[in-house]
Amino acid sequence: MPSTGPTQTSSRADRPRLAPHVRLTFDPARERHVLLTPESVTVLNGTAAAVLELCDGERTVADIVTVLLGRYDRVDGEDVRCLLDRLTARRWVELRRG
Amino acid sequence: MASSGVDRPFGLLAELTYGCPLHCPYCSNPVELASYRDELTTVEWQRVLAQARELGVLQLHLSGGEPLLRRDLAEIIRTAVELGLYTNLITSASGLTPRRAEELRAAGLDHVQISIQADEPALNDRIAGTPSFERKVAAARLVKELGWPLTLNVVLHRHNLDRIAGILALAEDLGADRIELANTQYYGWALRNRGALLPSRAQVERAEVVVRAARERLAGRMEIIYVLPDYHGRYPKPCMGGWGRRQLTVIPSGDVLPCPAAHTLPLPRANVRDHPLAWIWERSPAFQRFRGTDWMPEPCRSCERRELDFGGCRCQAFLLTGDAARTDPVCHLSPDHGIVADAVRAADDGPGPRDAPMSPRRPHATGRVGARA
Ligand SMILES: C[S@@+](CC[C@H](N)C(=O)[O-])C[C@H]1O[C@@H](n2cnc3c(N)ncnc32)[C@H](O)[C@@H]1O
Ligand code: SF4
Ligand code: SF4
Repeated sequence: MPSTGPTQTSSRADRPRLAPHVRLTFDPARERHVLLTPESVTVLNGTAAAVLELCDGERTVADIVTVLLGRYDRVDGEDVRCLLDRLTARRWVELRRG
Repeated sequence: MASSGVDRPFGLLAELTYGCPLHCPYCSNPVELASYRDELTTVEWQRVLAQARELGVLQLHLSGGEPLLRRDLAEIIRTAVELGLYTNLITSASGLTPRRAEELRAAGLDHVQISIQADEPALNDRIAGTPSFERKVAAARLVKELGWPLTLNVVLHRHNLDRIAGILALAEDLGADRIELANTQYYGWALRNRGALLPSRAQVERAEVVVRAARERLAGRMEIIYVLPDYHGRYPKPCMGGWGRRQLTVIPSGDVLPCPAAHTLPLPRANVRDHPLAWIWERSPAFQRFRGTDWMPEPCRSCERRELDFGGCRCQAFLLTGDAARTDPVCHLSPDHGIVADAVRAADDGPGPRDAPMSPRRPHATGRVGARA
């Protein structure tokens, strides 16, 4: 069961996914990925978009970091967790406990 | 930025019709409702959506009036979803039957916001001017059953501001994911009824205490958005995030407005039947008029907050002073602030919530006197 308390922090074994009311899409007009909620549009940087595209509720945080390491030279697992914690606090990402 | 050097808009508020079975005296719709009967057709809306998407719009808010009165709502939503827009329905829920809801769900509608007038059935129905509470509650449950996230919208004023605790309890009971508690903005019918709607300072202060406590208690379970009453603040709100900067509104007749309250501003009309949306956004005189900060008079021109609140709302300035280019009178630095201060003082001394007369929103303005702006 997803739990989404704002004080919750992610661990390596959690399986993050986007909350049901949140949509990730590519905006051709701005040539950037954007995160859409009922009241907000967030234009994402490349790293954030790459992380969120991997949040399918199946991969764990550790899996996501591994995939990113295969693509980019430097990936900081701590940064990935920070990003997910920020998004979890806003209830845009839900964590399925590993 | 678009090639024109103007920011791209993020959101489109599509007011599909000004028809509505309810009669909320706080309704922000224009008072002259009869002037907007010649509504855009399905195909015209579909063209507007395609043009909006090309311009950079990502979010579509379907509103009105009551958008469910449009029989082609599902068709419009389907087009929006195909274009990749995030679709949000803003509704009083009248007409949201199980069949209709399933049709909208199948069309791909992302999110539903249902407005309620109060937590007490009798008060809700008195404010709405028609029995509607039971239907709203049933529709809210239906939204949850169909797996949509649920947002409740409540417009706050003198008659329900003391009931916030009960309103929040109802929202919890309905399993709302979000609640927007929006203090009335005085446009349209709300301005006409301002004397009856404006709360006292004591009411506003009590409400803020309740909201703060509820935010702590419900953290992580229900998001509470509280829109401050600008008449009671020191500074105006950053209306629309700036004129022609982030959002645009298309009204039922196809006119495009930079702010949803701009109907009566003395600006040249720009209609989607006559011009492409990109031209209207980037070049039309209506959108250019108050872009940026060059148009600003003192005290805004030399104020350090000018990029934060953009001098407030142009429509509010126009409605209260007759000049859209003045500082929003809500700002305590505005030379016209007395207009707002007087109204707030009258509200503090005014009659109890039950005695203040209101004119319910009607298709034809009856010119009934009572509390007027
Ligand atoms: C004009 S209504 C149209 C949609 C639908 N008829 C409804 O009331 O939900 C759009 C939204 O604005 C809110 N609203 C209406 N008048 C307002 C006002 N004067 N100030 C602030 N919000 C207002 C409504 O509660 C609703 O959430
Ligand atoms: S605010 Fe009330 S009267 Fe106005 S459109 Fe919505 S339901 Fe109808
Ligand atoms: S003077 Fe103008 S810019 Fe300064 S706070 Fe008031 S409205 Fe905003």
